[in-house]
Amino acid sequence: MQGLIIAEHHEQQLAPVTAPTVSAAATCCDTLDILVIGEACQEAANSAALFTDLRQVLVAENSCFKGNLAENSATLIAQLANDYDYIFAPASTFGKNLLPRVAALLDVQAISDIVAVKSHDTFVRPIYAGNGLATVQSFDDKKVITVRPTAFAKAACADTPTADIKPLTTSIESTKSRHVGLELSPADRPELTSAEVIVSGGRALGSAENFKLIEQLADTLGAAIGASRAAVDAGFVPNDYQVGQTGKIVAPKLYIAVGISGAIQHLAGMKDSKVIVAINKDPEAPIFQVANYGIVGDLFTVVPELISALSR
Amino acid sequence: MKCLVSVKRVIDPYVNVRFKADGSGAETQNVKMAMNPFDEIAIEEGIRLKEQGIISEVVAISIGESVCQETLRHALALGADKAILVETGNKLEPLHVAKILKAVIDKETFDLVIMGKQAIDDDNNQCGQMLAALLDWPQATFASKIEINANKAQVSREVDGGIDIIECDLPAVITTDLRLNEPRYATLPNIMKAKSKPLDTFTLDSLGVTLRDHVKVLSVDEPPVRESGIIVESVAELVSSLKDKEGVI
Repeated sequence: MQGLIIAEHHEQQLAPVTAPTVSAAATCCDTLDILVIGEACQEAANSAALFTDLRQVLVAENSCFKGNLAENSATLIAQLANDYDYIFAPASTFGKNLLPRVAALLDVQAISDIVAVKSHDTFVRPIYAGNGLATVQSFDDKKVITVRPTAFAKAACADTPTADIKPLTTSIESTKSRHVGLELSPADRPELTSAEVIVSGGRALGSAENFKLIEQLADTLGAAIGASRAAVDAGFVPNDYQVGQTGKIVAPKLYIAVGISGAIQHLAGMKDSKVIVAINKDPEAPIFQVANYGIVGDLFTVVPELISALSR
Repeated sequence: MKCLVSVKRVIDPYVNVRFKADGSGAETQNVKMAMNPFDEIAIEEGIRLKEQGIISEVVAISIGESVCQETLRHALALGADKAILVETGNKLEPLHVAKILKAVIDKETFDLVIMGKQAIDDDNNQCGQMLAALLDWPQATFASKIEINANKAQVSREVDGGIDIIECDLPAVITTDLRLNEPRYATLPNIMKAKSKPLDTFTLDSLGVTLRDHVKVLSVDEPPVRESGIIVESVAELVSSLKDKEGVI
């Protein structure tokens, strides 16, 4: 079986979500190529050539691919699809934007966000924000799949390139859409969906001012910051901090929930975290049912103590 | 300028979802249903564009059994001008939904389609992108801001790590993210008014759509339950467990 992986990269760097996508692909395919698309992506292609599972790195470096417009990239991938049985991308906003468009061009039903491969045509994917796991069989000749990066190990890399790098000269110019710009969030903290440690705050923080306590704890741990919907609705933090069914789904190594009671909505977004710590003054709070470690106490006492213990 | 907004009937997001023991899926009998939250945001955006004078008509569409009329009446009560129900008892895949929407758009001209980025039941996040591909229209997914000017839409998109801004010509498909707006509530007079707004019904046959199954859901299971943890007495005990036992800090 031949597979094509669509690499995600930012500013010449291969995105961390690409490596687990390669290992998911390797469970289905014996021959694997990776496609790096961009305006300037040669360095990312060089990094991709280090994955030991790959045969070829295809590099579509062209100004028409500026800003990763799905229209142009999907057309390119659909043109290449003839040679492949499987097409994979990470289930990041990049992959989710692009692959369904590819699938529709190929008249294929894409399989989103897989967390396990059961067989060559059967995959497991979360539904209802992870409250259920659906086992799905695909009848399409070609499979178009996005991979949940937190569910697969990172593919192995060699010290020197093992795959051949092959430049593609294709140019696809859609005149219907244009890239205007990318405003990256301040990079002083890790991004929520790929962070290894997350500190989240809830309504019990009481105010935006008090939420700074969460920031201090996060900075001590080098963690990303999350929030419950209640904290977002109360205006303590912006919407993009929200972890939960209608917010971001996260699965870090360590998730610290501070002053979060644990509404179903929130639990759905974080219960696949490896270790969950809950700090809450209500011993009956549902968050304790999913937490590995709980501290029953006032967060305004416990969190400063935790910061000072961690700083030691 | 006319805008089509798709709305899906799903289990209310605040209900604890239960799965049938035979693995056939979620239990929906006697369960509170609601409009998919991302679709509420899509309807709200359509109504706001109308209030700004950019759009002249907001049409809500739903696909499914006749009970989806309730979801459409809710859209009408929020401010949609008319509704379309494509009535079918089929289990629909995202590609099916995209094909049905395309058939409706081929019959009746629209300048803009606004859809929720995903439905909170199947979590596929595919329909908008697929519809754009089938129509050969540009797509702007995960929108947190939409500005329409001179037949062009400038859309801020919520992507991992920041905001991506694109401009696309209309017609286009836009999918909504959480930050786009805060949906209004339907007022009682508007709920009453919605009852007399037009609601057209189509079938797959009347639209000339034929579909084949691309996937089969073999089973739906609950994920393994987390083992309950322990209550620690002190911060020191917590830190030493996280360091020495778990190795996560």
